[in-house]
Formats: sequence, structure tokens, C-alpha cells
Amino acid sequence: MTAPTDPVASDSLAAVPEPGNQATGAATAPSVPVRIGGIAIPGLRIRVTPQHIRDYGIIVFAAALFLYFTVASSTFLTTNNLLNIVYLNATIGIAAVAVTFTIIAGNFDLSLGSIFALSEVLGAWAAVHWGVAWDFPVAIGSGAVMGLINGLLVTKLRVNAFLATLASGLSFGGIAVGVTHGGLLITPTNTAFTFIGQHKAGGIWDSAIIFIVLAVVLQLVLAYTVFGRHLYGVGDNRNAARLSGLKVDRTVITTFVITGAACGLAGLIDSSMTGSGTSSQTGLAGQLALLAIAGVALGGTSIFGGVGSVWRTVLGVLMLGMITNGFDLLAVADYWQNIIRGILIILAVALSFAVDRRNS
Amino acid sequence: MSTTAVTQLRLVSIGKRYSGTKALDDVSVEVAGGTVHALVGANGAGKSTLGKIIGGVTRPDDGEMFIDDRPVRYTSPNEARTDGIATISQELSPMPHMSVIENVFFGIEPRRAGLVQFRQMRRQFDDLIAQWGFSLNPHAQVGALRTADVQKVEILRAVATDSRVIVMDEPTSSLTSVETSTLHRMIRALRDRGTTIIYVSHFLDEVLDLADTVTVLRSGRLVRTAPAADETEESLVAGMFGAAAAAEHFEKRPHSSAPVVLDVSGLSRKGVLNDISLQIRSGEIVGLAGLIGSGRSELARAISGADPVDSGTIAVDGTVRHIRSPADAMAAGMGFLPESRKDDGLFLALSLAANTTFADLHSVASRLGVVRRATERAKTRELLDVTSVQPPNPSAKVVSLSGGNQQKVLFARGLLRSPRVLILDEPTRGVDVAARAAIHRLINKLAAEGTAVLLISSEIEEVLGLAHRVLVMRRGSITREFSADPPMEDVMEAAFGLGGRTIA
Repeated sequence: MTAPTDPVASDSLAAVPEPGNQATGAATAPSVPVRIGGIAIPGLRIRVTPQHIRDYGIIVFAAALFLYFTVASSTFLTTNNLLNIVYLNATIGIAAVAVTFTIIAGNFDLSLGSIFALSEVLGAWAAVHWGVAWDFPVAIGSGAVMGLINGLLVTKLRVNAFLATLASGLSFGGIAVGVTHGGLLITPTNTAFTFIGQHKAGGIWDSAIIFIVLAVVLQLVLAYTVFGRHLYGVGDNRNAARLSGLKVDRTVITTFVITGAACGLAGLIDSSMTGSGTSSQTGLAGQLALLAIAGVALGGTSIFGGVGSVWRTVLGVLMLGMITNGFDLLAVADYWQNIIRGILIILAVALSFAVDRRNS
Repeated sequence: MSTTAVTQLRLVSIGKRYSGTKALDDVSVEVAGGTVHALVGANGAGKSTLGKIIGGVTRPDDGEMFIDDRPVRYTSPNEARTDGIATISQELSPMPHMSVIENVFFGIEPRRAGLVQFRQMRRQFDDLIAQWGFSLNPHAQVGALRTADVQKVEILRAVATDSRVIVMDEPTSSLTSVETSTLHRMIRALRDRGTTIIYVSHFLDEVLDLADTVTVLRSGRLVRTAPAADETEESLVAGMFGAAAAAEHFEKRPHSSAPVVLDVSGLSRKGVLNDISLQIRSGEIVGLAGLIGSGRSELARAISGADPVDSGTIAVDGTVRHIRSPADAMAAGMGFLPESRKDDGLFLALSLAANTTFADLHSVASRLGVVRRATERAKTRELLDVTSVQPPNPSAKVVSLSGGNQQKVLFARGLLRSPRVLILDEPTRGVDVAARAAIHRLINKLAAEGTAVLLISSEIEEVLGLAHRVLVMRRGSITREFSADPPMEDVMEAAFGLGGRTIA
């Protein structure tokens, strides 16, 4: 294999292996660093291609950002601060890791925030009227039911997932406002209600633990189980999945139910943190879908399905959280944080498109 | 329209790499202006890639291209178009929601002060139509047209934009023989007006019939460029494969005593299938012939649960099964290989293992649904071995394989559940001669082991070469039945009463 003679970047990109060739490419890789359309790292017997950058660049970038904040701020690299980042992003993270399933299976869910709000309100209502013990099943159960509704809209009525969840989200959000009589808070007066949101186990907030445990479980399900494999298949080629004997609708509905239940859990945690249930869309509820999906995309999961993983989403969400945290510590104005997050997401998605296009 | 200027094309040392392998390596070709120049080769030989480079669809890594001795370097099909090079291929489709006339004149609409002059456009369209003797409704939506008519739209567009070079990539693979000969007449007419045609095809008889010059490619390298008059089908095949690959003939034993495995009775679907009954015995290959639209593929899809039916029964091994989905059909012991491996068959971004085991992941998973990687790889290797996929690497992604090997992966998945009935819809479409022979041997072997096979193919030779019985479909009904090795003419007459190479 020879180096491209033309130094133009776009030309050297043309020598990139196709995605299918990662496995075989490794076997045929020369044992000396060779410059093929990427960056050769002397001393390392690997060649870095745009495909690698697309697949693993996010890790390098997250590490670089991490190092930068560590050096720039004396308080960034402290156990408390790092745990705080996880804690503050636990609710977004829970919704994001779950919606990763939906997205890998080739669908989309814009109703995350509204499911979150309505579950939170219903859970709080149940806690007030039926007893605190009801908060948990009602919040998660109602989230699952809303997910089921989304799934049925998408599979049985064949409504495009984007529109179906945009519309259902409007309705769910409206119901939440109705239940709270116009956005008023429902406040259970019981300390058990605030347990999940305000309790620490071994110095770590319960909600952070829940997020990490859920992420690990979902990653394992995705990578190692029959169900996880089915998600990739449905996202990659829905027709082929059906003709291979899979009940595709059932698989798709399940992803929406999981996402709905996770949003219910996130709503439960949120209400427990504040000690109240709110239908307000000005807070996290209004932003949840966008932040969660931003985390999914930043991590490198394809918005078109078939490609991605949960660990990527965790990384994406934590990176977004890290930017907020680090810039707060450095006293950078809020608006800069959003500008930079926006640019990052665009860069990540544009890079993956660029590489995929070269490969197709 | 320029009728005097002919454009000649010169490619020098063209190289193109995909995933480390060389799709094209140091290929130099001169194309004389105003000729039909064919590019032939097996799948993966690089003939399509070369066509795409000429049309600006793909950029070469090395080498240079000259048009009338002017060096050119296209980065998109549109750049090539403005230089008078049009590409017609099934991958580059026109705008499906726009009408025929809008497609033909897209970007070159006659206009005045920024307003489209619809009347003038219509006049120009009528002129073109008259000139080429087409019948084409200018207001038909292109997405609803048949492939042959879409090609007419593309050709009209190429002519309307005054293209001097037209690259045609496998233009006849979805055409009937009548449509093919119409296309060939058009190509000859274009050539006689000085248009240069690059004709990429794996139909050697067409190439010899049509082309002035033939370039043979093998594994990305140039074998030779020679006048078509100096070539024969045998010499081209020898050039494409090095060693001669003879067509295999299979011996057919009668199966009248074997038990009936698949028993379809009274299958109907309004407007598509009309009271279809057929039986396939153990070890028997039943070929299904018929024109496009005769209901061949629709029958395959109905039996395998892919499409719904209005009435009728399907029994496997004597038991009537209620088949409402592909899952039901598979549970009943059927395996189905769909017509389009890319649209309906494979997960291109996933590994060979994931593709192979997808049809029955639980068979390689623990009771809790965790996939056992080692078991999965072993099972995959076994099936890749049976189907002779090269290379048999379970972790490689399907997209990295050639068409023939992709098709074999589809077979591997179809065999995963050891089906009693195999329904094969165009099992060798877009597959090179060597892979085709391997697939034919595989089908024959599976039948010899007792599988009941329903074989659908547009290529009459394939049906006749393999089938123990041939059923002919016409307008949703089975109209004729032949025993083994019927005369080709009889089958074709039953299908459409006209002679021709394919009965598609």
C-alpha cells in the first residue's frame, strides 16, 4: 500500500476502509506505521483512519476536554465535583441511555420531556392521594404507558416517529398542566418522597447510582442479548429484519416503552429532588428531549439507526455536563456554553456524515 | 443538437481503492468518439467503478482522464453532466415525485425572466418524443413508472441536455427482452448521431451484439480492449475469469414418489394472485417462470408470509399452517430469499455472523437471551462453509463482500433453521459467473438432501438448468406446467408468446 501522492485532505480520505472492513483491515494492516489518509502515530503499530476518528474520536475529545478543565481549574478534578457532574446529569442521562435504544432501532422520540413531566406529576399526585409508596410504580408505569402509546402510533398507525412523538408530547404536556391546574406544584409532605432525589449511598447520590446502573444494564443488553441484536437489525434494515422472521413492531414498541419508563423514572427522581411535582415546561422538561438526543448524537450514535451504543450516550451526556460544569468553574458566561455545545454537536455529526459518505 | 462533434475519451492509469483492496489498478482505456464501448468483467472486476469514474459519480485515487485531450477531474455527476457526460444507472434515480417532463428538463427549463416557459417546454418535449418514437406521458409521476420508462426519461434527459457521452450501467438488468431490444435500437440511433456510449453489462450476448469495442476487466486490472468483432462469448468469459467457466448441467431425477412437502391450494390476492395451487415434493426443484408483473415474486412473498393473502391454504408436510407473517412461515419450516438482497435481505452495516444468525438468534443464545459469541461464530462458520462464502470471516461486515458472496450470506441465513421448503427469488441476480455456478450447485445439493425448492428467476437458462418442473405464471395465474428440461421456446411462448433471451 502506498501513500496517496496528493496531499489534499479530501483525496486522502478516499483511501479509508469501508465500515465493513474494520475487522479484516486489522488482519491486513502492515506492521509499520503507514500514512493512509489519516494520522500515523510513530511507535504505535496501528494506523488511524477517519473511520477510527469517527468511531473513537469522541473518547479522545472527551479526554482532552477533561484534561483542559483539570489544568485550568483547581476544583474540577475533585471527587465531589466529578460526582456532582454525574448527579446533575442523572435525569438527562437516564432518558438519554433509554432513547438510545429507540434511535438505534431507527426511530426517534421527541416526547421525552413531556413524558417526564406527566409521569412526575402523576407520581406526585399518587403520592399525595394514595400514599408515598404509590409514587414509584405510578411514575414509571405511566411513563411506560405513554411509551406504549408512542410505539403504537409509530407501528400500528404508521405515523412517522418524529411527528408522532412531537404530537403525543404536546398532548402529554397538556395533560400534565391540566392535572396540576395550570402548572401549580403538587407537594407531598413526606420525607420518604424525597429519598431517591436527596439521599446519598456511600457518598454518592442515589440518582447518580441509578443512572450508572441503568446505563451499564442497557449497554449489556444492547451488546450481548438477542434483543439488543434485534435493535441493530431493525435499525439497519427493517424489511430484512421482518423477512428474517422478527416481529419488528413488537421490538419497536418495546424500545418506546423502555424509553417511556425511563423518562418516568427520571421524572420521579426530579420530583424527589425538589420535593414536588411540576408540569412546568420552563425547567428540565422543556429541554429534556433536546439535551438527551444531543447527548446521543454527540456520542456518535447514528440518528438514522443501526449504529451506536449506550456507552457513547453516557460519554455524550457527561461531556455536555462537563462543559457546563467546567465553564461554570472558569466563570465563562452561560451563553458561551450553549454556543460551544452547539458547535460540538454539529462537528460530531458532520464528521460522522463525512466519513460515512466517503465510505458509501 | 450537435451531430458532427464526436467526443473521445482517454483514461490513463486509473486507480481506485476501496477498503485496502484495489477496485481498479492502472487501467488505461481509449474510447473512440461516436462508438458503443462496452465494459465487461465479473462482479468486483471494476467495470461499474470505471463507469462511475467516467460519469463523475466516483473519484479516482490515481490516474487521469481526458476528454478530447483536455484533462478533466470531476467531483460530482453534475460536473460531468455540464461537460456533456450523462450517467444512466439504477442507483442514480431521477426525482420520483416530479413528473416526466419536469425530470427531463430539470435545471434546463426554457425560461424567460426567471419564469418557466411551460408551453415551450412541452413543445420541446413533444419534439424529443417524436424524434425517438417513445410513448411517454409527460405528466406521469416518475416514481410510479416502470424501470424501462424511467430509463426512457433518463435517455430523454441526456439527449435534452445535449450529452455527448452516455454511461449506461447495467441498463437491461430489469428489462424484458422487448424493452431490451428497444433500448438497443435507441443506443444505435444515438451512436449514429455521434454520441459515445459507455455500456457496462454482464450480458455478453448483448455486448457482442451492440458494442463496437469491448474492454475486459479482471480483478480491477485491464485484460484487453479489442474490437467486438474479434470476440466471442467464450473469449470474453475466458478473459473475465482466466480459466473457462462452463455452465453446469444438472441431472434431474423424477420425484413422483417423494412425499409432498409444500402444498399450496387456492391462494388468492385480489388483483395480484388468482387461485394459485401448487405442490412441491421433497427433493424437487420447481421453477417459476413468467414476465415481470405476472405475479412470480408476489406468489413467493405470499407463500412466505411477506405479503398478505385474501384466501387459500398453505400446508407444509401435510399440516395446514396459518401464515400471516414471515415469522409464521419460518416457524412452519420455510426459508425465503427475497429478490433484493440490499432492500429486503441483508444488514449491510452488520457482521456476517449477525446477518447469518439473525433469523434465529435464540438458537445461539442462553435461556436468558444472552448471545453466546463462541456458539454463534461456530454456527456461522459452519453455514459460511456450506455456502462457500469467501472470506468466511464471521466478524467482517457484509458491505465489504462482493455481490456473489453477499448472496451466499443470504443463503447461509436461509439455511440457519434447516428449512423444509426454500423459496428463492432471483437467487443469482447481480452475481458473477463463478458465484452463480456455486449457488446453482448449492441449490442442487440442498434439493438432493430433501429440501423442496421453489425457484424464481428472470433468466430462463437458470430455471431450465435447475428445475425438475417448470410452472409458468401469467397475470397472477399459473397457466402452464412443464416437466423437466422443456424446450426453451415453449416456456417463453407460454410466458409471453415472443422470443427473447430472458422471460423477465
